[in-house]
Amino acid sequence: MNAEVSAAPQPVEARVPAPAAPGALALQWATVRVLMTRDVVRFFRQPSRVVGALAQPILFWFVIGSGFAGSFRVEGAQGLGYQQFFFPGVVTMVLLFSAIFATITVIEDRREGFLQAVLAGPGSRLAVVLGKALGSSAIALMQASLFLLLAPLAGVSAATVNLPLLFSVMVLSALALTGMGMSLAWWVRSSAGYHAVMSIVLLPMWVLSGAMFPLKGADSWLAWVMRVNPMRFSVEGVRRALYGAEASVAVGPASVTGLEVPVLLAFAAVFLGLAAFSVSRRE
Amino acid sequence: MPDTSVSIPSAPLLQLEGLTRRFKDRTAVDGLSLSVRQGEILGLLGPNGAGKSTTFQVLAGLLAPDAGQVRFGGRVLALSDPSLRRQMGIIFQRSSLDDLLTARENLMLGARLYGLGGERARERVEAMLALIGLADRGDERVSTWSGGMRRRLELARALVHQPRVVLMDEPTQGLDEAAFRSFWAHLKRLRDLEGITVLLTTHRADEAEVCDRLAVLDAGRLVACDTPAALASRMGGDILTVEAPEPEALAREVRERLGLDAKVVEGRVQVEAAQGHALVPRLVESFPAGRLASVSLRRPTLADVFLQLTGRALGADVPAAEPAPRRRR
Repeated sequence: MNAEVSAAPQPVEARVPAPAAPGALALQWATVRVLMTRDVVRFFRQPSRVVGALAQPILFWFVIGSGFAGSFRVEGAQGLGYQQFFFPGVVTMVLLFSAIFATITVIEDRREGFLQAVLAGPGSRLAVVLGKALGSSAIALMQASLFLLLAPLAGVSAATVNLPLLFSVMVLSALALTGMGMSLAWWVRSSAGYHAVMSIVLLPMWVLSGAMFPLKGADSWLAWVMRVNPMRFSVEGVRRALYGAEASVAVGPASVTGLEVPVLLAFAAVFLGLAAFSVSRRE
Repeated sequence: MPDTSVSIPSAPLLQLEGLTRRFKDRTAVDGLSLSVRQGEILGLLGPNGAGKSTTFQVLAGLLAPDAGQVRFGGRVLALSDPSLRRQMGIIFQRSSLDDLLTARENLMLGARLYGLGGERARERVEAMLALIGLADRGDERVSTWSGGMRRRLELARALVHQPRVVLMDEPTQGLDEAAFRSFWAHLKRLRDLEGITVLLTTHRADEAEVCDRLAVLDAGRLVACDTPAALASRMGGDILTVEAPEPEALAREVRERLGLDAKVVEGRVQVEAAQGHALVPRLVESFPAGRLASVSLRRPTLADVFLQLTGRALGADVPAAEPAPRRRR
């Protein structure tokens, strides 16, 4: 080990006085950017995560999609086969899983000390939450976009896709889901505990979002749960962007057409605010 | 070993005034007032549960104090104030390095987090890597590094944004002797080069020896604050340690028959005496063969000083005082 103190390399350089302090806003933005880039870099340095992120939705779509294709009739959705019906649900699942992964890193970081160093830094807690949410959303968007390359296989014609709607629904869903995940993760101390939260809260939310079966077919109390579910707006939004308004109207109990973006925006704001509140509580 | 050639200006840079922090019904830090002078290395010394880590976390802005305030350069500052945070570098007990990043990337991340950008950040990162003697290994991922190298990198990361104060929580915990010495050699050199002021917590007597000044904490209160040498000179004379098959009985007899203040410390009888060497023959003659297994004489260490000041051994945890010393929120 080269433990010895070697000859002073560049003491003069090290002694140069610090430049003028960066502004308060610049510091907040620096924290956001550092956390965001770190998450993206970390993602690409874990090959198993990259492969899993790509293979999992494809497998899911093919296996479940083809399994149900024969026995499942989507009532009213003219010409929409099950694999087409299920495709937007898988897009939302990609966004959800990415948010879950990101929030698991919050739990790990807290234990490992990296997050402590960030929290003890000059950035505010809101900046920490935003940085984490943007990093996770960036990863989610990359994954979802790659999966969307398979859209022609699901009968989507590139010419009719509503790209602005698709993009805004995906970004807002990713932000809302990460905010929700972080609010939950901050109160759960262990990864094991978070897995329980995941299987009791997050996965059922996805199943009841209209991703796997249309809301019409559900029992009445279930239909109510499904109606207020944020992921429903995500699934419906993606479905409308890919297949047009007819497809989503046909499968929903009450139309949410046109409401997807504002509702998701509200969910994102509420959940990110909640996450910032949870994180900023100092004991 | 302590470097006495460094002149230490006495202006206080950081002043803790009546800092208090309670956990439910337990007071972890109790009205702590303390001045940290410009350019010094001040150690908070005490066993687990003395309130060091709580003090550290309050100063690091991770815990809110229940009472008291902090002055920085004379100004009263909120502990979450970004202008205070920017001038502090912090080293946690647990590693805060990212294992998937290289050493250079870890430093760059630290620089950016504190608002350094572009050319300036790159310059500082390179200078810090050179100063900790790891310039040629900057592109390695830190997951493969030894504990000593990682700690030095943490030191560089805490200093990369040119803070005025560096806070360290048990910085050499778990390091072997060589890594410990290397860390301190780098710390002192960086202190001189960068003109930083250091506040650290420790429960190691050897680490306490190398601090400029020590604040001795016991049960959340400050019991003494002085240089290690001055603290050591508070002990009257020598420490006589006797190993014996029945230490409790022997200590009692030494107190009764010789009129000396004998205590049992970690299974051995310990006597503090001004003329230690004269006491040895007296002690040996006073007891028949077999009562004493060995007698040794030494100069007091900071561990002895601590024991005398608080009645507690430095290495021991304070029972039930701080149920989870590493608890973090």
